Amino acid sequence: MKARTYGRHLRESFKSIGRNGWMTFASVSAVTVTLLLVGVFMVLMLNMNKVATDIEKDVEVRVLLEIGTEKAQVEEIDKKINQISGVESVEYSSKEEELQNLVKDLGDDFRLFEQDNPLYDVFIVKAEDPRDTGKIAAEVSKYEGVNEALYGEAKIERLFNVLEMSRNVGLVLIIGLLFTAMFLISNTIKITIVARRREIEIMKLVGATNWFVRWPFILEGLWLGILGSIIPIALVTTGYYYAYEFIKPKLQNHFIQILDFTPFIYQVNGLILLMGCLIGAWGSFMSVRKFLKV
Amino acid sequence: MIEMKDVYKQYSNGVMAANGFNVHIKQGEFVYVVGPSGAGKSTFIKMMYREERPSKGDIIVNGINLAKLKNSRVPYLRRNVGVVFQDFKLLPSLTIYENIAFALEVIEEHPKQIKKRVMEVLDLVGLKHKARMLPNELSGGEQQRVSIARSIVNTPKLVIADEPTGNLDPETSWDIMNILEDISNRGTTVIMATHNREIVNTIKHRVIAIENGRIVRDEQRGDYGYES
Repeated sequence: MKARTYGRHLRESFKSIGRNGWMTFASVSAVTVTLLLVGVFMVLMLNMNKVATDIEKDVEVRVLLEIGTEKAQVEEIDKKINQISGVESVEYSSKEEELQNLVKDLGDDFRLFEQDNPLYDVFIVKAEDPRDTGKIAAEVSKYEGVNEALYGEAKIERLFNVLEMSRNVGLVLIIGLLFTAMFLISNTIKITIVARRREIEIMKLVGATNWFVRWPFILEGLWLGILGSIIPIALVTTGYYYAYEFIKPKLQNHFIQILDFTPFIYQVNGLILLMGCLIGAWGSFMSVRKFLKV
Repeated sequence: MIEMKDVYKQYSNGVMAANGFNVHIKQGEFVYVVGPSGAGKSTFIKMMYREERPSKGDIIVNGINLAKLKNSRVPYLRRNVGVVFQDFKLLPSLTIYENIAFALEVIEEHPKQIKKRVMEVLDLVGLKHKARMLPNELSGGEQQRVSIARSIVNTPKLVIADEPTGNLDPETSWDIMNILEDISNRGTTVIMATHNREIVNTIKHRVIAIENGRIVRDEQRGDYGYES
């Protein structure tokens, strides 16, 4: 197709948007609402995902060694833990180090215990897949010289289940919303097409190709999608900006973090825009199809 | 030019609109297609520019077999066939000039060429002075002349007219016939479905009569042959 023809298609698509003012408004609002919901869901879901990963990363088994365990036996236990499949790392921390950590976290009052340290020497074991944590803990607790293998147990398992489920629910909702928007755009464009049925018929009769007829409508759908994504992008950006400013200071030094404002917000906005374009273009493509059979 | 071999057409509702058409039309011929309403005239005509596809048989137009033509190639066929309708099919929001130029724009003709060709055909149908008017500012006969101008603007070898005078008064009908004659005299094949007995009997041409999906008569310089 010639460049001049693309110019024509562009002009036609803009003209049509102006000519169908109210329908344009209706479908742009439909896209706006949908993309806003999708955008908010996406921000929530991606952050939840981040938090989930942070929590997962922080899940560890603390293997408390019996007081007075021989050095040789400690090495033996270290070796045995390393051999368990699914273990990512094993770290030794003496009771002195443990106390220092405690003091750092909870304050100088705990220095009192330096006289008579009540803590155990520990191995900190991390699993490759956090869901294996329970199995590893059970295994390790059987070893001689191990007093106890601790992890969050039931609480952590329930958390994993909840996270998994909410991820799936969010995904289903997003897909559902996208389909609704596509349907709405497709219907709007169908109305503008019905009004231009005669024009399409004549175009086809004088020898226009299907793509020649389609292009202006697809472009029109594209503009509707882009127009519809402006408000969601603006709202999601400002919304996340304030949420980020509010939440970030409260999570200082915490192992759980939300996603940084940039580049995250650019990625989300890019996705919103992309979805707007896709549902617009695809919606109009679907609705022109029927009218091309002349 | 046009050849139909054992062409059958059955619509999805079971109606047999074509029951074995066999026709040969040479380049430059002028052919009337006559017959009662619902006899298969429209199907006969629509199959020539592939608005309808035959259920069986071959239709060869300009050396292309329409029965085997892919949908994606149909636009290129139509660029060599001009079609004129009873209801003109003009776009009400475009001027006369734009309506005709439209046919060239959609086939991506060069703008300079478009201007030249449109003025030529407007001159031919005698409506140059009304180029800037809208279709509803013109009389029915004038609108049909615009429609004819549009059908020939891309210099097709074949012009198909489906009852071009059906909506016009007798006097205007003669004007339309003069233009079609003119087109025919330039070597273009013209096929015209009509109910106008007076025209068929006065301007003598080949007549193909269709009844019940069959060609019942095909004679050079024939008569209309029905009581109207």
